[in-house]
Amino acid sequence: MAPKEILKIENLTTYFYTWAGVVKAVDGVSLDVREGETLGLVGESGSGKSVTALSILRIVPRPGKIIDGKIIYKGENLLAKTENEMQQIRGKEIAYISQDPATSLNPVFSIADQLTEVIRRHQNVTKEEALKKAIELFRLVEIADPEIKIWNYPHQLSGGMKQRIAIARALSCQPSLLLADEPTTNLDVTIQAQILELMKNLKKKLGMSMILITHDMGVVAGVADRINVMYAGRVCEVASTKTIFRNPLHPYTRALLEAVPNVAMKREKLKIIPGAIPNLISPPSGCRFHPRCDFAVAECASVVPPLVEIEPEHYVACIRAKEFMENGKGVKK
Amino acid sequence: MILEVKNLVKHYPLTSRGVFLKKEVGVVHAVDGVSFSVRKSETFGLVGESGCGKTSTARAVLYLDPPTSGEIYFEGQEIGRIFKSKNQQEILKLRRKMQYVFQNPYASLDPRMTVADIIMEPFVIHKHVPKEKWHARLYELLELVGLEDYHAERYPHEFSGGQRQRICIARALAVEPRLLIADEPVASLDVSVRAQILNLMQELQQKFGIAYLYISHDLSTVRHICHRVAVMYLGKFVEIAETSELFSSPLHPYTQALLSAIPVPDPENKRSRIVLPGEVPSPINPPKGCRFHPRCIYAKEYNCIENVPELVDVGNGHWVACNKVSG
Repeated sequence: MAPKEILKIENLTTYFYTWAGVVKAVDGVSLDVREGETLGLVGESGSGKSVTALSILRIVPRPGKIIDGKIIYKGENLLAKTENEMQQIRGKEIAYISQDPATSLNPVFSIADQLTEVIRRHQNVTKEEALKKAIELFRLVEIADPEIKIWNYPHQLSGGMKQRIAIARALSCQPSLLLADEPTTNLDVTIQAQILELMKNLKKKLGMSMILITHDMGVVAGVADRINVMYAGRVCEVASTKTIFRNPLHPYTRALLEAVPNVAMKREKLKIIPGAIPNLISPPSGCRFHPRCDFAVAECASVVPPLVEIEPEHYVACIRAKEFMENGKGVKK
Repeated sequence: MILEVKNLVKHYPLTSRGVFLKKEVGVVHAVDGVSFSVRKSETFGLVGESGCGKTSTARAVLYLDPPTSGEIYFEGQEIGRIFKSKNQQEILKLRRKMQYVFQNPYASLDPRMTVADIIMEPFVIHKHVPKEKWHARLYELLELVGLEDYHAERYPHEFSGGQRQRICIARALAVEPRLLIADEPVASLDVSVRAQILNLMQELQQKFGIAYLYISHDLSTVRHICHRVAVMYLGKFVEIAETSELFSSPLHPYTQALLSAIPVPDPENKRSRIVLPGEVPSPINPPKGCRFHPRCIYAKEYNCIENVPELVDVGNGHWVACNKVSG
């Protein structure tokens, strides 16, 4: 039996209507998150990872708009919900940790105020009880001296500490799904290791599902169960973490893995992906990766490749995927 | 030896402003006695976490922020004397040989100048290229960094991050420097573009024999591009070694933790990860003894709270500042 899905996104399309033209930030993305799993959403800047996350919570900033698609959370379509109903879901059912811990906290309120605000918004508790819960959360995210630190203001805390607080705030109502948008990108490696370790433990303890958005292949390798690779607003490949790293079939996934310098191995020259990420106002026709792809054939420019299941649990959006699968890596350019 | 730095110290005063007087209330010990040398056509890496003094070191080496004390020799000359003499001609001569590529290519290019103006500005300042050859040299430089001729008339906002970093590199190369200080040149770029810039830097080094002082917090790029690496913690070097030596047998507990903390893009690589407790202390009041002792598991055993470890040679050009190693 297939594991139960907690979130299923079908054909999500989010466009931004700017004066320069329509930016097709997310263009027909489908994905699913299963109960208790960590889904890694990987891609470079501008691939639509963050917009996907914002669309799930329906907090896409203007001039962005969700045009089409379905976001089914626990059997209900979030796009059909009213704003009031959404407010009951944000923070309580689905929580969000943003990339920049410094700007996600309000500088003029103490941490205690900001944490109790969320707790009191979603739970019927008094101020004192909320404060007690907040201190409890501080212990959960392993902050020393919670009774003192909770009265601090954001500027008194370091980056790693602020990210811990952002995690505590996200966890305050025991959400079933956590959207973590590049939670460690702004942190130093040793602090990043601490935060990743913490998130892994907490996920296990609280049994939630998580979408981890990152551009760092190293981070997803250690944390995610399954990986969803995105490029220019579309999904190119979905598979288990092991498959993505051992047997990547989409040329973009492969190139991405080869372009990353790996500390465990020294390579003489890094593989280059020629060119730059396309402009999403007028993205390339057909497969969006074809102008940069080493394996592109004439058809790639005209046909939009559908996401096809090549082997069990391994989906690839590339018209030559079958060929790659059968011939291994020795396919001619 | 192209650059030799001896006992470099850079302190920034912390002042609180009164009505009339500035009062010094403390000192930020950004760099506290570092010594290193960069050989000809070598890439020397400076690694450490944010706030450990990497950029302060680089800026002090170029006299962008004159160091508090210490000696810097460039091609055998003590450059402090030259900068203090205020002899503009000598200073310009020196500046021509040492160039800087900044971390953020979005902020280090003048938005009102075209690429041609940006790259030819060094010719105006240094007057080392005769005027009739300016344009030929400009196109040569553009080609060198992988840009097209028609890019010359464009403005910086028309370029992507990777292309802007190429412009910055072209501008630095315009004066034919012997040493290029690259301060996190790829930190703000996407992975696929990062590889392009790193490869470009390697090619340029092979072609012109430029030495790089490469500053980064990202150990995986350091491993890729550097010949030798120094690891910095709170204003001091904890370890210097050849890159392969440092990555295969790190000796300092901080280096070990730093290396183990890097996420490896391989799901089956289950290394034991050393998670350091706590955070980097403030450089205003750095810990006594070994600066790493509050986060080190060996601190009690070797009494690191009192003993300041010296950087000692353990063979093979591998230097470590740790009481556990020196005994």
